[in-house]
Amino acid sequence: MHAVVSCKNVKKVYKQGAIEVIALADADLTVDEGDFVCLSGPSGSGKTTLLNIIGGLDTPTAGEIIVADNRLHTMSKSQLAEMRLHHIGFVFQAYNLIPVLTALENVEMVMQMQGVAKHERAQRARQVLKEVGLEGLENRKPPELSGGQQQRVAVARAIVSNPKLVLADEPTANLDSKTAENLIDLMRHMNTEHGVTFVISTHDPRVMHHAKRNLSMVDGRIVA
Amino acid sequence: MNKGYTLVAALAWRNLWRNPRRTTVILFAIVLGAWAMIVMAAYARGMSKQVFDNAIDNLTGHIQIHAPGYLEDPVIDYAFDSAQTTLKTALSDPEIAQFSPRVRVPAVVASERESQGVTLLGIDPVTEAKMSFLRKSIVAGNFFVSARDPGVIIGKKLAERLETALGRRVVIMTQDAHSKIADRGFRVVGIFDAMMDAQETGFAFISLGAARQMLNLENRVSEIAIKLHDPAHTDATLERLKLQLPALDVRAWYKLDMLAKLFQDTWEGSTFVWHLIVFLAMGFGIVNTILMAVFERTREFGLFQALGLKPGFILLQVWLEALLLLIIGLAIGNLVAWLSVLATGDGIDVSAFGQGLEMAKLSKVIPFVLTARDLLIANAVVLILGLLTCLYPAWRAARLVPAHAITRI
Repeated sequence: MHAVVSCKNVKKVYKQGAIEVIALADADLTVDEGDFVCLSGPSGSGKTTLLNIIGGLDTPTAGEIIVADNRLHTMSKSQLAEMRLHHIGFVFQAYNLIPVLTALENVEMVMQMQGVAKHERAQRARQVLKEVGLEGLENRKPPELSGGQQQRVAVARAIVSNPKLVLADEPTANLDSKTAENLIDLMRHMNTEHGVTFVISTHDPRVMHHAKRNLSMVDGRIVA
Repeated sequence: MNKGYTLVAALAWRNLWRNPRRTTVILFAIVLGAWAMIVMAAYARGMSKQVFDNAIDNLTGHIQIHAPGYLEDPVIDYAFDSAQTTLKTALSDPEIAQFSPRVRVPAVVASERESQGVTLLGIDPVTEAKMSFLRKSIVAGNFFVSARDPGVIIGKKLAERLETALGRRVVIMTQDAHSKIADRGFRVVGIFDAMMDAQETGFAFISLGAARQMLNLENRVSEIAIKLHDPAHTDATLERLKLQLPALDVRAWYKLDMLAKLFQDTWEGSTFVWHLIVFLAMGFGIVNTILMAVFERTREFGLFQALGLKPGFILLQVWLEALLLLIIGLAIGNLVAWLSVLATGDGIDVSAFGQGLEMAKLSKVIPFVLTARDLLIANAVVLILGLLTCLYPAWRAARLVPAHAITRI
């Protein structure tokens, strides 16, 4: 099976004054198309750092990262943005929706940046919002939605343009258990029905329970 | 290609109204700044125009012709023949709207009680009526009715000093063309009230015919004042006249009244300084507002980058927000400034400072003159400098590292 993500000896060192903090130490990871991978581990183990580096949101200190056949460590800021636009969807712990846009506009946003025609993007956005259970709430702005609804909008935004990879950083952390269960079902559905590849960092055992592969991180290394 | 332009434009507009109170405050600052720039420019332009108009109306005209040496020593000896053919040909220049021959000599005017040194002007009533302030300033009696009118016209202030009045006789004494004392009695036929006191006390007007007869001048005059159809063509016309009249001294108004030129340049120069001062005060407000907006939305800028918006579009979004703010502020500022200028009507009365203003070649009422050029400059200063100052916050937003920005609280 074709690898969507390939990390080799990825290292990330942060400087805090004179002290060097090793966030990732020679991490190796391969994620195949259609995979559903959970990264777990204690706080500070490097889960978010690894997701950020796979997503091109941060640069590694050393190592090689290939995402959807793009060698991230050799790309400029603009090239990384272009790569994210076409190949990666993000779901964040804090939803991160744009407050001045409606649910529909938040979902349409990525397609708008891709240059998809207005009619087509509205149709697709409505379709995806329906799939995540938000039919009828398209014209509400984020402050008018509950936390669970906002996270569903974020998932819809992440998958609407059919990315090769969705990176989710603790997506259930701010949700109550019922909403979290619904969200996990939704992501699993997207994975099995649409073949979307997920890499999720989480502490949540319910998410881990649904994963095809569970990986643990300790002190910046993938240990299992 | 990333097609984020419409998204960026929509976001810029909506974000502008995200914090209405802050946007309103900075809009108010821009409106106030634009208003101050435009109104001050209109005031300075009004003063500049008035200095120019007063200089031209105050017997100067746009161009004057004299015999060489007259301007250094303005006496009767430097009179020249106004009937010469070359002069007549030169004065038929199509740019010349009006010319007026004058006799102009120092003299003394005496009433029964007082005497006063003046500049005596012998004028042609037909041509002078269209040339200088005199005809439109007559408040008692009348203007000369013929080229040989035997009367004298004096200013209101001079009449007060001489303790004379309309219909009374005064004696004018000067030196004639043969260097002999010439004196003659004139009846006061008109009294004028000028914008400036110096005009009222400094001149006495008699008809050109009477002056020539009294001074034995025959066809000679001291000067010819010229008014042009378009003052902008002064220099070109001046050069043509100089070429045609090499034996005469031809000068433009700004060489005859250099103080007026100096004041005119000063008023216009002050506008530029004023624009800079106003913009400095306003510029800090604009930068502060945009910087605050950038700091508040750091997470969003990180998110946009995470979703694939290139840094250039982030810069464009912030910049567009500033542009919209400036355009709205300027539109309102221009409207308010235009209404303010309209409300001043003929100008503002500054007679409380009359004496000082007269020295600056100004009248008691200063008009506001709004020109397209001044409007354009004020708007361009705000728009261009405003956008330049907003480059800094926009650049800051664009160079955020997405992973760091997205976790910023």
